[in-house]
Amino acid sequence: MRRAASLIIGAIITALALWLLWVLQTALDMGAGPRLAEQAFAGLPTTGVSNPVTAVLLSYRGYDTLLELGVLLAALLGIWSLGVASPGFQPAGVVLSGMVRLVVPLLVLTGGYLLWVGGYAPGGAFQAGALLGAAGVVMRLAGDETAGLPGIRAQRWLIVAGVAVFVLVGLATLALGQGFLSYPQAWSKWLILAIETAATVAIGTTLAAAYVGGRPWSHAVVGGRD
Amino acid sequence: MEQLLYGGAGVILFALGLWAFLVYEPLLRKLIALNIMGSGVFHLLIAIAERGELPPDPVPHALVLTGIVVAVSATALALAMGRRLEDDSGGR
Amino acid sequence: MDASLALAVSVPLIGGLLATALPKRAQGLGLLASVATVLVVGWVMAGVWQQGSLHAELGGWAAPLGIALAADGLSAALLGMAALVALGVGIYASGYFRSADADRHFWPLWLLLWAALNGLLLAADLFNIYVTLELLGLTAAALGALTGTVDAVRANLRYLLVGLLGSMTYLLGVALVYTSYGTLDLGLLSNALEPGPVAATALVLMTAGLALKAALFPLHFWLPPAHANAPAPVSAALSALVVKAAFYLILRLWLDVFAPVVTPSAAGLMGMLGALAVIWGSWRALRAERLKLLAAYSTVAQIGYLCLFLPLLQALPPGAERDDLFVALVLMALTHGLAKAGLFLAAGLVQRSAGHDRIDDLGGTAQHMPATTFTIALAGTALIGLPPSGSFVGKWILMTSALESGQWWWILVIAIGTLLAAAYVFRVLSRAFNLEPTPRSFVTQARTEVPALLLALTSVAVLGLAADPLWRLLGAGGGA
Repeated sequence: MRRAASLIIGAIITALALWLLWVLQTALDMGAGPRLAEQAFAGLPTTGVSNPVTAVLLSYRGYDTLLELGVLLAALLGIWSLGVASPGFQPAGVVLSGMVRLVVPLLVLTGGYLLWVGGYAPGGAFQAGALLGAAGVVMRLAGDETAGLPGIRAQRWLIVAGVAVFVLVGLATLALGQGFLSYPQAWSKWLILAIETAATVAIGTTLAAAYVGGRPWSHAVVGGRD
Repeated sequence: MEQLLYGGAGVILFALGLWAFLVYEPLLRKLIALNIMGSGVFHLLIAIAERGELPPDPVPHALVLTGIVVAVSATALALAMGRRLEDDSGGR
Repeated sequence: MDASLALAVSVPLIGGLLATALPKRAQGLGLLASVATVLVVGWVMAGVWQQGSLHAELGGWAAPLGIALAADGLSAALLGMAALVALGVGIYASGYFRSADADRHFWPLWLLLWAALNGLLLAADLFNIYVTLELLGLTAAALGALTGTVDAVRANLRYLLVGLLGSMTYLLGVALVYTSYGTLDLGLLSNALEPGPVAATALVLMTAGLALKAALFPLHFWLPPAHANAPAPVSAALSALVVKAAFYLILRLWLDVFAPVVTPSAAGLMGMLGALAVIWGSWRALRAERLKLLAAYSTVAQIGYLCLFLPLLQALPPGAERDDLFVALVLMALTHGLAKAGLFLAAGLVQRSAGHDRIDDLGGTAQHMPATTFTIALAGTALIGLPPSGSFVGKWILMTSALESGQWWWILVIAIGTLLAAAYVFRVLSRAFNLEPTPRSFVTQARTEVPALLLALTSVAVLGLAADPLWRLLGAGGGA
């Protein structure tokens, strides 16, 4: 019965895939088609960054990135609402903990480099934040219950930092009569760097905290599950 | 032609993920299936960013980066919920 | 450049950030942010009322490179409804959660959900819609699981997964659109769009993804358990707002952006699914043993009613008659949103007071809480579509246009749905008239009972008797 059902589903999905492939070919055959690349390159000099992907993420479509950081925050808040974290793993042996002591600073350093390089080459806030998050994961795997994160109160400020700086910059430009997130050209580069730095910290903290998988213990003593 | 090859691979990944999502019960398989579907869509977006001689279009690249963060967030929340269910039912 | 649009998203967002960072003050900050958001939404609505529509380019980049926010009559009407419901839910929630811990988790997620909802209703960009949909889906699932019971977590995990499946399908449609048309802006896209397999397939993919999120029959299976197991204020928001948001996007795509692609048979198919949803949802609501499950199934039926409008709107040429029908559609959506929010909030109070919400054993409880029982009666009036509720006017116009356009069979569906709705509402109310001692006061707990009552009252009295401004709002907005 189950087998029959999965076969039928398989047949329907195969037909769907063939249809989609045909549609894709039709879409590609319609010619080169319009695209936004030329406009994106043309606007690049006024954005303050020379990496076009960073320009799209932080300038042209900055509002998307703002909400995306909100999604990340919402996921962690959801995880925290589910309960307290399980205790960490047992402390690592000499070899692993020695390696962790070596790898974590390297990860942080590389993260900082990626953040800076994002202005003109592949890199940027998410890549840098992912490395910081990875540093947290490595530390928790090596037995650090908190994944190297500070206490709950500091964590709360760190995870909102990305969205907060982003939205405050937006409101500031709005107050200046420029429109939401319209950076003045002279400040554009530095505003983008400020937003990206805050976003890196927030992404790194959020990913590591999500890996911990629940509210940190200190808070659990106060609250507890209801 | 190359575009169809790479974009088509994305479409096929999407279809494979959809199949696995519908057929398999366990949470982990469903989540992996969803992520494969997502990779398929991202694959397609990357493929259409490339247009012959011209430099690649940065807009789909940025969309994919945004999409990845969203997918990571959703996966993390789903895993935490699944973990909570497992804890409550005594590790079923 | 209109500042109000960006503020309608930023204000609840900042509220959510503050409530996250300062958990001990979450409730106060949350209520403050709610009031501020309502004021900003009022500003947006005033702008639409005066100028017909609002448009703002974000980041100083014009579409297609940048992202725009836009508001017309349709989005303004739904924004207003969302603000009313959200304010009611917020006040109710401030008296509902018993543990400080649940309260602290509720507020940040709730304000993020509100920001996502406003963002979605104002979005004018296909990819931006995807991001707001995900923010909405994640916060909704997390809030739904807030009771922490195994049933709630399981149902909302399923809701989360189904929502993700819907978003991925939607995103594939967006990728196809970008391949062919090189733009994500709704306005530019609707100008560039030409009927053909690519546009049709993109519309089908996006609609399928959204139908999953809007719980359109037969993709509604996830809704009843998820909504019935969530905490009462959350169920109210999920049923009244989150499901409607996905349906709003279907409307936007079918009537606005992809209008040239939509064929009569496609619209007819949506109407068919709507008809099945009306009958199936109402039938299951009648058979439901629990009050919250009844309310959840009734939501499935109500989404069905909204779909019935699509084939008729498609058949009518632009003109006064079509505008009337469109206003009727919005009126139904608003009435249902307010009534369902009131019903779920009231059901939560009944459940709390009785310790359960089994309909057959509710008699005494209902009588101890006159205000809550009255709320259920009012919400029921709106769900059935009795005068003077807004849905009475909506159904009346719907039936008239069905007759006039020769699609009389929809009237049968409406009649069956209405009878079933009357049956399930009276089934609940009849329990309230047992012989029990009459309580001394009408209202027993003002903070939670009054918001529920006011929401239900608005759906019956305000939307039914004073619906005229809606014509102006939507007519001026040219949403149809």
